Amino acid sequence: MQSRNAKSKTNRKRREFIGRAGAAAAMLTLAPGVRLVDLALARPADEPASDKVRWGMLVDATKCAQGCTECVDACNEEFGLEGMGRPKTDAQYIRKIDLKDKTTGKRYSLPMLCQHCETAPCVDVCPTGASFRRIDGIVLVDKHICIGCRYCMMACPFKARSFVHENLTDQVPEAPRGKGTVESCTFCVHRVDRDREPACVEACSREGHEALTFGDMNDPNSRLSQRLRELPNRQIRADLGLNTGVRYHGV
Amino acid sequence: MRAAAAVLSLALICATGWTAAAADTPMPKPPRGKGEQCVEPTDVMRRDHMRFLTHQRDETMHRGIRTKKHSLIECLECHTRKDVQGRFLPVNAEGEFCQVCHDYSGVKMDCFECHATTPRQPKPGSARSSAEPGSDISFRLRITP
Amino acid sequence: MKPVRYQTLAGQSGGYWVLLAALAALVAIGYFAAHYMEVHGHYVTGMSNQIVWGTPHVFAVFLIVAASGALNTASISSVFGKNDYKPLARLSALLSVALLVGGLIVLVLDLGRPERLIVAMTYYNFKSIFAWNIFLYIGFLGVVAVYLWMMFEPRMNKFGKTAGTVAFIWRFVLTTGTGSIFGFLVARQAYDAAIMAPLFIIMSLSFGTAIFLLVLVAAFEWTGRPLDDDILRRLKNLLAIFVSAVLYMTLAYHLTNLYATEHHGVERFILLEGGVYTTVFWLFQIILGSIVPLMILFSPTFSRSRRALVAASILVVIGGLAQVYVIIIGAQAFPLVLFPGMEESSTFFDGAVNDYTPSAPEILLGIGGIALALLIAVVAMRVLPFLPERLGEQPSGTSEPEAAEAAAG
Repeated sequence: MQSRNAKSKTNRKRREFIGRAGAAAAMLTLAPGVRLVDLALARPADEPASDKVRWGMLVDATKCAQGCTECVDACNEEFGLEGMGRPKTDAQYIRKIDLKDKTTGKRYSLPMLCQHCETAPCVDVCPTGASFRRIDGIVLVDKHICIGCRYCMMACPFKARSFVHENLTDQVPEAPRGKGTVESCTFCVHRVDRDREPACVEACSREGHEALTFGDMNDPNSRLSQRLRELPNRQIRADLGLNTGVRYHGV
Repeated sequence: MRAAAAVLSLALICATGWTAAAADTPMPKPPRGKGEQCVEPTDVMRRDHMRFLTHQRDETMHRGIRTKKHSLIECLECHTRKDVQGRFLPVNAEGEFCQVCHDYSGVKMDCFECHATTPRQPKPGSARSSAEPGSDISFRLRITP
Repeated sequence: MKPVRYQTLAGQSGGYWVLLAALAALVAIGYFAAHYMEVHGHYVTGMSNQIVWGTPHVFAVFLIVAASGALNTASISSVFGKNDYKPLARLSALLSVALLVGGLIVLVLDLGRPERLIVAMTYYNFKSIFAWNIFLYIGFLGVVAVYLWMMFEPRMNKFGKTAGTVAFIWRFVLTTGTGSIFGFLVARQAYDAAIMAPLFIIMSLSFGTAIFLLVLVAAFEWTGRPLDDDILRRLKNLLAIFVSAVLYMTLAYHLTNLYATEHHGVERFILLEGGVYTTVFWLFQIILGSIVPLMILFSPTFSRSRRALVAASILVVIGGLAQVYVIIIGAQAFPLVLFPGMEESSTFFDGAVNDYTPSAPEILLGIGGIALALLIAVVAMRVLPFLPERLGEQPSGTSEPEAAEAAAG
């Protein structure tokens, strides 16, 4: 264990160094103040996720367009979620909710997805430990040990989970899913592990809405942390004290 | 359980038949994969492929380790064949790589109730081209100051 | 007092074989219903991503709760030393095992991956009350099996009280665990209540006693065994007390919920505007399942009639199923409140009352569970001497407790 830690520490140091060197190089080559993309370095494939990171998301409801479903479509594409034409049993990892204030009549539109709680009720109730929270804050279902009891769906305050109600074929390689198990948003963990943003965030930016920001909540310099500091935001069902990883602004 | 059964029975086959197969014993002939050599020696893969896959599965699922060597997705890259129209054949279809030996040994696979049986390919009638991970520009997640 | 003589069922009569065949057929139908659900996936049932626990859970929870209550008679005799009940202790313990097995089978067969039962036995998350319940249920079967052995084996009779006490405590923990499955669900308006566990304990006493009474009367009458009305009258009074207690706990549950303004929505739903759930609650749970049986049980006219007692017990069982239906499905039908003060709408039925119609496979699976429980009981009574040859007749009980204790076994 020790030697492994030592090794990964060396690796991290090395990467930090290369990272700074790279950043310096980027600063040199670009005009002052202009950065094409936020520069970062991917975690190497052989290194486990770290508790130094907590992945999170900010939903800016003021920028989320009524009737726009780009994020939902991108998610369905990414995970191969094809509707069976049965809305009550079809899986939805992310959905658009339309809200209307009963007093003022003001309307809101926002996406609802797994909130990746720090103290997730689904993780607490799962009898086999299939529902678990990865060390970097992403709540996942290990479908290899999910028995399909659906207790997590009973426990989730956000109705974020779906149960696969039928036999499936032609799954997407990066998104295995099958009958009789429970599933939900993974924060596109297969992309995040390769240093890419979740499909929904990418799609929202592509459409120019920029309503979704993804990043490391523990890193004070991440774009997410900056926005969380700038914009007043809240957790849904904050009364439950779940410390959700998804925060909402403008609702 | 099934995994254990598969390992056991394949080990049995290896121990009793495969290595010292008599000339008249019908042997499974899985189609050859791409390249010269699999990620492990063939006899090791025959015996231990489920051990590698199960180990990799837990490492990836719970710790986020995404090395390619023992990844099921990578298996598909080498061990799927294409039909005359150039579409991938599922690796668990009759006569294809996984199915040949599993038919022979009578061990049922349940990997493919959930896992893809081909590399990602456009659905018939879908305009979208296959997405190569990492091919499109995306925002980088970590920011170094 | 003469020693109690136990006798197996003769099992020769046409009636016995008809009963056996009918139960076996229902079990087989239930199994094929589950198989059908497993092969096609749960879309063939009434459940959905909104109502995730459906009719099988209603039957399973009812049976598991009733299983714990069916042990009442045995507990009263062993733990509290009421020797009048002693001859019925074996039957009581048998029924509790049979009902629990029936309930668990239904629960397991309704899993998304029932073939992975071994996973549930090998991977545990000890923060989950579900994981604890797996131990509680299996442990209960073991404890009651030992208890039965102590009762059957004359040399072991002296340990009967100890084993009975362990079983007695175990069943309270078990029902607390079952109630807590719901009590721990903070997310749902109808559940987040500590009263769920005690409510379930009281429910178990009521449902279990009703089923025990039904099986008792059927077993004695169908085998022509003399059955004294004295013991039935005692059980009748017990049942009346338990039904009243369930009614009282139900009242307390709704009043506590009504105290919290944020729960007014779900209370208004169940009590007033919930359509089928309101009907099931008032008509089946309260009127048919509680008030009418109480009137029968307390009525001077009916209280001496065995038929009336049987009718009351059947009504309590129906009322019990209705109660579990409202608790499990009614609570899920009411939408989760994510944004208080807002009207919510989405393609995922946010803010909408979820509809659920029980499907044939679900109902058949549930009935199959009940049939399995009864089948186990009927076969066991044929194989081992669970039933006394007669009950009552002798002026029984308190005058010679030691003799009775030694004899009853």
